[in-house]
Amino acid sequence: MAILLLADHDNATLFETTARALTAASRIGGEIDILVAGKGAGAAAQAAAGLTGVRRVLLAEADALEHRLAEPTAALIVAIASSYDTIIAPATSTGKNVLPRVAALLDVMQISDAIEVVSSDTFKRPIYAGNAIEVVQSREAVRVVTVRTSSFDAAAAGASAAPVEALPAGAEGAELSRFVENLLSHSDRPELGSAKIIVSGGRALGSQERFNQIINPLADKLGAAVGASRAAVDAGYAPNDFQVGQTGKIVAPDLYVACGISGAIQHLAGMKDSKIIVAINNDGEAPIFQVADYGLVGDLFEILPELERQL
Amino acid sequence: MKVLVPVKRVVDYNVKIRVKSDGTGVDLANVKMSMNPFDEIAVEEAVRLKESGAASEVIVVSVGPAQAQEVLRTALAMGADRAILIVAEGTVEPLTVAKLLKGVALAEEPGLVILGKQAIDDDCNQTGQMLSALLGWSQATFASKLELSGNTAKVTREIDGGLQVIDVTLPAIVTADLRLNEPRYASLPNIMKAKKKPLVQQTPEDYGVTPAARLSVLRVEEPSGRQAGMRVSSVAELLDKLKNEAAVI
Ligand SMILES: Cc1cc2nc3c(=O)[nH]c(=O)nc-3n(C[C@H](O)[C@H](O)[C@H](O)COP(=O)(O)OP(=O)(O)OC[C@H]3O[C@@H](n4cnc5c(N)ncnc54)[C@H](O)[C@@H]3O)c2cc1C
Ligand SMILES: Nc1ncnc2c1ncn2[C@@H]1O[C@H](COP(=O)(O)O)[C@@H](O)[C@H]1O
Repeated sequence: MAILLLADHDNATLFETTARALTAASRIGGEIDILVAGKGAGAAAQAAAGLTGVRRVLLAEADALEHRLAEPTAALIVAIASSYDTIIAPATSTGKNVLPRVAALLDVMQISDAIEVVSSDTFKRPIYAGNAIEVVQSREAVRVVTVRTSSFDAAAAGASAAPVEALPAGAEGAELSRFVENLLSHSDRPELGSAKIIVSGGRALGSQERFNQIINPLADKLGAAVGASRAAVDAGYAPNDFQVGQTGKIVAPDLYVACGISGAIQHLAGMKDSKIIVAINNDGEAPIFQVADYGLVGDLFEILPELERQL
Repeated sequence: MKVLVPVKRVVDYNVKIRVKSDGTGVDLANVKMSMNPFDEIAVEEAVRLKESGAASEVIVVSVGPAQAQEVLRTALAMGADRAILIVAEGTVEPLTVAKLLKGVALAEEPGLVILGKQAIDDDCNQTGQMLSALLGWSQATFASKLELSGNTAKVTREIDGGLQVIDVTLPAIVTADLRLNEPRYASLPNIMKAKKKPLVQQTPEDYGVTPAARLSVLRVEEPSGRQAGMRVSSVAELLDKLKNEAAVI
C-alpha cells in the first residue's frame, strides 16, 4: 500500500524537515503521497512535488487549515487514512501536535521520534533522553510514525515534478480552537535544524545582552545558527525556540560549540549526535567535556571574542 | 470548574539509567522515582487557578503501580484536593492511558485537563493529544501561558519558530511546557495535611479498559557512545584542530 507524509511548511515555503521525513518514508518502502494542508499553500505544494520519490502531492486548502491547528488537520488526515498503511510526519511542533490525534482517532499507538527504519513495521527510537534505544514493532493496521529529522538527510529535488491534486477540505474540528497570532523569532541566521554549525550559550552568559554580545558575533563569523540551554532560555537570555535538548530541538550539525553549558543529560540528548563537539567552560570537571572532541577550559568572556578575532 | 491533572511516576530526571545487558529493558531496580517534571508544572498551574478563584477543585490522577500513590501525595501536598490511582502494573502505553483518562474525564466533567507535554521516561509526547481526540475536546499543546476568560482559554504555545497564541473552547486539554510556571516545593505542614486528603484506588476495568500493549518492544539497546576527546590549551590550537584535523570550518 502507500505512505502519507504530512508536510511541514508555512504555506509560502516547504521546510527542510519534510524532505528529511521523506527519506525516512522512502526507507519504509511504498508509494509516497505528501499532504500539504494549509491556505494559499500552492508554493509549498510545488516544492513538495519537486522532491524525489513522490507519487503525488495532495493540496488541501481551507481557512481552518491556514495554521494547521490540530483538530481540523487531524480530521483531514483521518478522512483519507484508509488509503494508506503508514502515516508519517517529521517530529516538529506541528507533527507532534497533530499525529498523536490521528493515531487515537484510528485507535492505534504512535511510534514517536523514530531515528532509524529497521523494516516497514519496525523502528528504533530513543527513550530516557536518548540514554537507551528501543527497537519497537507495530502490528497495527496502520502505522503512525513521527521521525526525528536530525537522523535523516534531506531527500533531494527530483528530475520531474509529481502531480499536485486538490483535496477537498471540510471544517471539521474547526470550532474547537481559533488561531490568534504567531510571535515568531526573526533571524537571518540558518535554522537550528539544518545548520552545519551551531554556537550554543548557557546560563554562564548571565544576561540577554551579554548572550547577544558574545554569542552572536561568533555565530555570524562562522555562518552558524544560535542555540541555548534550557537554563539560558528560562532566564530569558534567548528565545524558547533556541532550546536544544531532550525537550527542545534535537540537532546534529557538523560542529556544535557549547559555551558555558554544563552538559546535563537533558542537554546532551539534543546535541550528542553532532559530528564534532567543542566545549568551552571554566570548570574542567563539567560533564560536557565527556562528550566533547575538543575542550577548552577557561573564561568564555575572554575565549569567545578571541576566537571571533582569530577566525 | 474542576481541573483534572494526570501525573506519572517516572525515573527521577537526575538519574542516568542503564540498559540491561540482556537487552530486555532498562534497569530500574533501586532507582529514585519522582513525579514527571512536566506534571509538576501542570499541578502548579492547576493549583494557581484554584488560588485565583478560577477553579473550584483540583483532581490528580495517576495510572501506575501502588507506589504511584507517592507522586499523588506530592501533588496533594502542592495543593491538589483529591487523587485517583488507577492501578496497573508494567508499561501502560499512552493510548491506554488516554482511554482511562477519558473515563475519568467523563465521570468528573472537568473544564480543563492539564497534562505534561512529555513523560521523561518514554519521551512519547502523545497522551494529551490522544485524550483530546478521544473526548473531542479542544487541544492546546506545549503551553507557556494560560489565561481563562469565560468559556475559552487563551493559550500561548511554544512552537518551532517561536510562540503561537490560540483560543480554545472549554472543556479543553492543555499540555504544559517548561516555561508555564515554576512549581512550588510542598511545605512540611502541607505534606502532613496531604496525608489526610482523599485518594481512591480504581482499576482499568472500572473504566471498561483492558490494558493491552499495541507495540512490541523487540529489544532495548545501548546508544552509540561518544568518547571524550582532547583538551586544547589555546584558541589558536582549537582553530588549528577545527580547520586541519576535523575540517569543519
Ligand atoms: C524535564 C526537564 C527537561 C529539560 N530539558 C532540557 C533541554 O531540553 N535542554 C537543556 O539544555 N536543558 C534541559 N533541562 C535542564 C537541564 O537539566 C539543566 O538544568 C540545564 O541544561 C543547565 O543549563 P546550563 O548548562 O546552561 O546551566 P548550568 O548547569 O548552570 O551550567 C553553566 C555552566 O557554565 C560554566 N561557566 C560559568 N561561568 C563561566 C565562564 N565565565 N566561562 C565559561 N564557563 C562558565 C559553569 O562551569 C557551568 O558548567 C531539562 C530539565 C528538566 C527537569
Ligand atoms: N501513567 C500515567 N498516569 C498519569 N498520567 C500520565 C501517564 N502517562 C502519561 N501521563 C500524562 O501524559 C503526559 C504525556 O506523557 P507521554 O505521552 O507518555 O509523553 C504526562 O506528562 C502525564 O501528564
